[in-house]
Amino acid sequence: MVELKIRAPVQPKEHPDPSEIPTLEPGAMADSKPYSASEEHQTAIGFPGELVDDWKERAIAKLGELVSTSRGLRVYLDTCVKCGACTDKCHYFLGTADPNNMPVARQDLLRKVYRRYFTFAGKYFPWLVGAEDLTEEVLDEWYSYFHQCSQCRRCSVYCPYGIDTAEVSMAAREIMDSIGKGQKYCNEIIGKVHKYGNNLGLQEKAHRATLEDLEEDIEDETGVTVRLPLDEKGADILLVTPSADFFAEPHIDGLIGYAKVFHQAGASWTMSSYASEAANFGMFIGSHENMHELALRIRKAAEDLQVKRIIFGECGHAWRAAYNFLNTLAGPFDFLDQNYPIPQHICEYTYDLIEKGELTFDKSQNDHIRLTFHDSCNVSRASRMGDEPGGQFDIPRAILRATCNHFYDMPADTIREATFCCGGGGGLLTDELMDLRKKGAQPRMRALQDVADEHGVTHMAAICAICKTQFAKVMPDYGFDMDSVVSVHQMVSNAIVLDGQITDDDDDDEEKAEAPGNGMDAAEEQA
Amino acid sequence: MSYQINGTTVEHDEEGYIQELDKWSEQLAEVIAADENIEMTDEHWEVVNFLRDYYEEYQIAPAVRVLIKAIKKSMGKDKGNNKYLYTLFPYGPAKQACKIAGLPKPTGCV
Repeated sequence: MVELKIRAPVQPKEHPDPSEIPTLEPGAMADSKPYSASEEHQTAIGFPGELVDDWKERAIAKLGELVSTSRGLRVYLDTCVKCGACTDKCHYFLGTADPNNMPVARQDLLRKVYRRYFTFAGKYFPWLVGAEDLTEEVLDEWYSYFHQCSQCRRCSVYCPYGIDTAEVSMAAREIMDSIGKGQKYCNEIIGKVHKYGNNLGLQEKAHRATLEDLEEDIEDETGVTVRLPLDEKGADILLVTPSADFFAEPHIDGLIGYAKVFHQAGASWTMSSYASEAANFGMFIGSHENMHELALRIRKAAEDLQVKRIIFGECGHAWRAAYNFLNTLAGPFDFLDQNYPIPQHICEYTYDLIEKGELTFDKSQNDHIRLTFHDSCNVSRASRMGDEPGGQFDIPRAILRATCNHFYDMPADTIREATFCCGGGGGLLTDELMDLRKKGAQPRMRALQDVADEHGVTHMAAICAICKTQFAKVMPDYGFDMDSVVSVHQMVSNAIVLDGQITDDDDDDEEKAEAPGNGMDAAEEQA
Repeated sequence: MSYQINGTTVEHDEEGYIQELDKWSEQLAEVIAADENIEMTDEHWEVVNFLRDYYEEYQIAPAVRVLIKAIKKSMGKDKGNNKYLYTLFPYGPAKQACKIAGLPKPTGCV
């Protein structure tokens, strides 16, 4: 008997559209909210311990204060014409289908109250202009939905008026903090930075022990003594990096990458145990006072250690805060070397060395990786790197291409200034918001699936501590390994050839043989 | 929000982390673990004990890499990796193991 082997016709792979508009599910995320800050967390950073009795009056007064001191905020609240351009641009809307997560609708939760108390029409004819009283119900909506915005500003890119929606979310959180309705995750962390110098609560002894441990690891791996100096007075460069770089995976591989670059460049550098945090969560809650105080720690560390330059490690919103505000919050930095950017990003530093031909890479060390790059929202839409427009997009990619043979970008409407947030930014990287985080990651995960299917991409690099943690946590839900997110400087660390380094060991070869996607046609590669 | 153990009450926060660290006991660890659907084995105890020793010296949980290295030393290469630690503590060795060990939750972008 003849056995017929029938092969199913080859179907082109279907790629779910990252920007696919969901069928609306009103109220789908109404119950999503972060844990409340305790009295201790609130008072430690200058806010009332619990909801004050006259919260309504004080909230309205605070809103009035904010719109009178921030011309920008007033314009953002006044100018929206409800054109709808932003409605389908938010990753949380796309992932949750809750219409209140359309940026226009979320902002309107604050805007309708502003209109009621601060505009002529809203005061006298509220029903005509969608103005509403501030009630307990409205306050609860604020708490829920302003903690469903990661302040990533993707919607702002598409707004014809350029309304900065992040500013609206920050203002809402600032008002809530001022009446005693704070969020635990951010406020506990800010308190820890005031006390210990970093988000983790890492103290000097543990900090030093961790760095020494990493020095041992590098020496074991490469045979080269690479230092990770702490509190070394008189060093040229102060590196300020997120404390996740001292704790989490794959962040710590990025830190090792910075150290190897500094070593190979012969740079004199140090970290500080006093300013052991690049992140500035004061920005997430819209608190100028807290932002200011956190920024001053960096200035004090730079002065005390008598450095000439400040360089920031891989942290998205830290770079936004540093690039835009470090000089106004903690400047002038006239004691630093004015020949270098103040502050400078580690990617700028590494890229400059690559351009000068001062670093040697063995790209084959990353041949087990087929890579794409996730543009972090705050770096993309709120900062720049280098001297050219778009440097914040091109410089990290140039570093990755210099260190890896297989690089592929995700679809154009999901990268660069159109990048999707990881789903955990803006002070939402907390476990009780996991449902929101997983749903919010959907557009990015779909874009990644696209290049995984098309080009066999196995890994995604990021330059933000939040993005790295968020992806490591949510990727398994989308069918990717938790370690398929890597640090940009991890790629550098893998490929950099240090002077005197011992050559490949057998372990590397084994890893390469096991790696998925290995052996795909290199001709597919993009130029 | 509390654990009940031998007629005594140990307060915990919204996520199950105990508030007073000196109230921890091995029995309590078993109770917390059961709450997390984890049955404590020798391997779990190896991790928990290391975390507690490290915390005593440094007042913080160790970096994941430091933990892995220690486990590699005590349990061998097969078990000294992140994936194995996740099989022991499915929600992540840093947070879930700290909770069972009676240590504060690691905070920040981690």
